[in-house]
Amino acid sequence: MGFPDRIERTVEVAHPPAKVWAALTTAEGLAAWFGNEATIDLRPGGSARMRWAEGHVAEMRVERVEEPTVFGFTWHIYGLPDDDPRRTYVEFTLEPAGAGTRLTVVESGFAQLPEDTYHKAFDGNTQGWASELGELVAYLDAA
Amino acid sequence: MPPDSETVAEQVFVALADPSRRAILAALAAEGPATATDLAGRLPITRQAIAKHLALLAEAGLVTAQPGERRRVRYRLRSAPMQVAQQFLAALARDWDGPLGALKDHLDKSAHGPGPAGATKL
Repeated sequence: MGFPDRIERTVEVAHPPAKVWAALTTAEGLAAWFGNEATIDLRPGGSARMRWAEGHVAEMRVERVEEPTVFGFTWHIYGLPDDDPRRTYVEFTLEPAGAGTRLTVVESGFAQLPEDTYHKAFDGNTQGWASELGELVAYLDAA
Repeated sequence: MPPDSETVAEQVFVALADPSRRAILAALAAEGPATATDLAGRLPITRQAIAKHLALLAEAGLVTAQPGERRRVRYRLRSAPMQVAQQFLAALARDWDGPLGALKDHLDKSAHGPGPAGATKL
């Protein structure tokens, strides 16, 4: 087994799915436990955003909204450049468990390397700063 | 066929495990493309050892040789493999245990009325 493509956690909480759902899918809920500030447009394709006190910002795209059982979004892979198209998919699944909820979170896509991304990353974009600085020099020389 | 992402990441981690290669990669990252002679002037490593490490790093795709006369070949860092390695580190660095613990605390706390929820924020 190599590096994980997928991370999965299950927790049992002593609160009904409706309440857990609100904590996961409302700005107020997300800001109370996940980020420090949050906004969310709760529909597939909608944007969500969380900001942490130390300045980190996560931009999410809502993918699945099936109240009160499935909430899914994609977000940027932390540490990769902002223009990198790779994103991981996070899905929360809520199942009633007695008076409470069994909550599962799965984040997948860490090991993805699509063919087109591969070519972009490995062939088209290997010049990096050397190339961009070279273009700047050429531009300044021409001026 | 291109190497899979795990192979690419492994080459990065193997390269970084050696202090001399780490110093060479760090110098290329910090100061840009350089020849083996340039690097030998800056690092406490012989030119011969640097040339050997650069050949190995080029073989692994972590640096690329810019065309030039012999001894004037400049090596440049390739960022793409580093980004693949970073992706794997992202999986290891992702913390779900902390946020899920905070979620449980938040739900428990708000069960006892609308108190301030700031204490469990990350």
